[in-house]
Amino acid sequence: MSRTTTTRPAAGAPTLTGRLVAWGSTSEVGGLLLFLALVVLGFSLATDRFLTAPTFASIAFQLPELGLLTLAMLIPILSGGLNLAITFTANISGLALAWVLQAHGGAEAGMFAFALGVFAALAVGALVGLVMGAAIAYTGAHPILVSLSMMIFLRGLGEFLTRGGDISGFPEFVRLIGHGWFAGLPVPLWLLIGCVLAWHVLLSRTRLGLTIHMAGSNIEATRYSGIDTRRTLMLVYTLSGVMCGIAGVLMLARFNSVRVGHGEAYLLITVLACFLGRVDPFGGFGRALPVAVALLILQVIASGLNLLGANQHLATALWGAFLILVMVIRYLWASRSPHRP
Amino acid sequence: MLLRLDNVSKVFGGVQALRSVSFDVAPGEVLCLAGENGSGKSTLIKIISGVYRPEPGATMLFDGEPIDGLTPGVARSLGIQVIWQDLALFPEMSVAENIAFERNLGAGLRLVDYSAMRDAAAGILARLGVTLDLDSPLRELSIAQRQIVAICRALIADARLVFMDEPTASLSQAETDALLVIVRRLSADGIAVVFVSHRLAEVLEVCGRVTVLRDGRNVGTFPTQGMTQTRLTELMTGQTFDQAVRAADHSASATVLEVRNLTRRGDYEDVSLTVRRGEVVGVTGRLGAGRTELALSLFGMNRPDGGEILLNGEPLRLRSNRDAIDAGIAYVSEDRLSLGLVQPQSIADNTALPVLDRLLGAAGLLSEKRKSVLVSEWVRRLSVKIGRPEDAVSTLSGGNQQRIVLAKWLATEPKVLILDSPTVGVDVGARAGIFAIVHKLAEEGMAIILISDEIPEVYFNCDRILHMRDGRLIDEYLPGATPIDRIESHVHA
Repeated sequence: MSRTTTTRPAAGAPTLTGRLVAWGSTSEVGGLLLFLALVVLGFSLATDRFLTAPTFASIAFQLPELGLLTLAMLIPILSGGLNLAITFTANISGLALAWVLQAHGGAEAGMFAFALGVFAALAVGALVGLVMGAAIAYTGAHPILVSLSMMIFLRGLGEFLTRGGDISGFPEFVRLIGHGWFAGLPVPLWLLIGCVLAWHVLLSRTRLGLTIHMAGSNIEATRYSGIDTRRTLMLVYTLSGVMCGIAGVLMLARFNSVRVGHGEAYLLITVLACFLGRVDPFGGFGRALPVAVALLILQVIASGLNLLGANQHLATALWGAFLILVMVIRYLWASRSPHRP
Repeated sequence: MLLRLDNVSKVFGGVQALRSVSFDVAPGEVLCLAGENGSGKSTLIKIISGVYRPEPGATMLFDGEPIDGLTPGVARSLGIQVIWQDLALFPEMSVAENIAFERNLGAGLRLVDYSAMRDAAAGILARLGVTLDLDSPLRELSIAQRQIVAICRALIADARLVFMDEPTASLSQAETDALLVIVRRLSADGIAVVFVSHRLAEVLEVCGRVTVLRDGRNVGTFPTQGMTQTRLTELMTGQTFDQAVRAADHSASATVLEVRNLTRRGDYEDVSLTVRRGEVVGVTGRLGAGRTELALSLFGMNRPDGGEILLNGEPLRLRSNRDAIDAGIAYVSEDRLSLGLVQPQSIADNTALPVLDRLLGAAGLLSEKRKSVLVSEWVRRLSVKIGRPEDAVSTLSGGNQQRIVLAKWLATEPKVLILDSPTVGVDVGARAGIFAIVHKLAEEGMAIILISDEIPEVYFNCDRILHMRDGRLIDEYLPGATPIDRIESHVHA
């Protein structure tokens, strides 16, 4: 059989737009970056207040909380599950840090107390994750049920411990972590960049990362290949919990207080960010970097709408409409990707 | 003729599944459609039942009327029914609901008339002379009883031509006899029945003719009068097997794997066997005889209640399949699609999965270079035809997928290789290639267990054959010393 080439008759050098579109549809990150550029362009044309330093600063400070929680959601989804307890795990971790700080003099607490508190926060996050992971791995219960139960437990526990109120009064240097700058970028953004890179290496370069992808596609076939899939699942949720712990520390530093329920609204947006970042909702396929770009898109849209709209509620509605559009585009991409017929 | 097909061909993306096949069935006839896996039997049935369209140029007549452009709905309304091996019944629904299911389809918003449904189901059962509790849920029935339910469901739709896919695969002799009684009754009512099978000893007696397919071609249609199992096997495979027996005596070689009195209640009992260096030991028996359960115990995934497993004389304690792999035991699962490979993931990752520990480079990270060296080495050594290593495994043909399964296990450098039905869904040509690999491994000293319910497969590839029934090893045969017909009749008796 002879193969016919399908060049257009008047094909000269391809146009810049044509090349961009071609790149965007073949590269994983490329399409998302292209979309990001379109969104930025659109808002810049709509208002001259968009492309300014204050807008950049507001995005750079707001993005990391959502970003860290999205990373906490990413690996359970890749493994074929879900972690609905991420925001309350972050709250409880924040409480652990707050408790250590208060026990060491509250606003007078030193760096050592802070380090100890961060360790406690991460340990609490890891423990919460480990419990969920063990329940999922050993009972075979659905991750949605397990993490939903954990979410309800943590919310109740947190509200009981805080009597439903805020805990505040931390040392000044803690506030700097949430609001300071380092080497030209906000400190929280550095934290996010570090965590994204760590997740990128974990998922693309480690044994565990490869195993998570395989188990996400077919956990039984993975087990038959000699992989301890129970251990894999426990590590997945433990790491998710540690990432929640980091988010909890950042939220404490940003708000200068801990309140159970902080960031609750982020939960479903983290799922959306993963899907927009081309993670397969059924598990097995997805990478950290596209998810990071997807996060940026979501935050730029949110901030841009805030700048445009005087009305907060309309801005929320418009953001939702954007998300629907984004899902449609994502679906069109997914239907062209090679691993799904 | 009730059904007459001529010049039926079918091509799937470059693969010729059927080449100009002719096929006919008379009213009330009982016919065998014989052929190995991948010979085109399923494709032919799917064309007759309207699932696939044949390539242009085919003639298809039903009752003398052309039936071009057949759809599944039209085929059913003509009275063409297929009872697939999995039966496609609803385990949670009652016998009556399962039988009368299709009558309620398309009933719109009308309520389901349960009493009419029960009456209809009872009528059909009476016509077959069978008693079944109409209200018991299907999951409580034996396979044989479920098969009767499936037959009833076909009859209630006024079937005139019924295809039965491997109907005797998991039946005992008594159940098979009962099924044949029902088939004779259908035939007396003028309903044509086509048995589709690659193991026909039991059904040859009830059939008048047998049509044999091989590699998508029609070998011919023969009267069953005077047809033997051996002759049929030769027709199906296109090989004469007298010279193909390769059994050799390995009793002088060192014992690699020894199993002593291994028992797991409900699965198998008091199993003892040895496999020597370079030896291929076949384990055969009917479905449900405990073969796979035994294999999984040797692979550390099904803990025995008692007995011992020794490798090179050392007792093994297997807590997981990782222990087994590390000890040098590999297991090729019978279910390549859902257990053997992670289908949507890449060829490279699937090959590397059991040996990730050996692919670590700097800082404990996976080395892409080591992975690609491993994958390309095994793709070359087993001559696997692949596009790129990062393509999904599901893009490969059955035979090439099975080679990837072998590759991933050979990469673990096993001393014992357990192959559980390794040629299911692999076409005839590719099977020979897979067995060539197996024989080469044996020559290099690997101890191999080959599990299969296809007697010719174990007969012509093994040095010894162990016969398993109801969880026990009941007999041992030496290919060549025992005629294949004798083994066939023992195993399927």
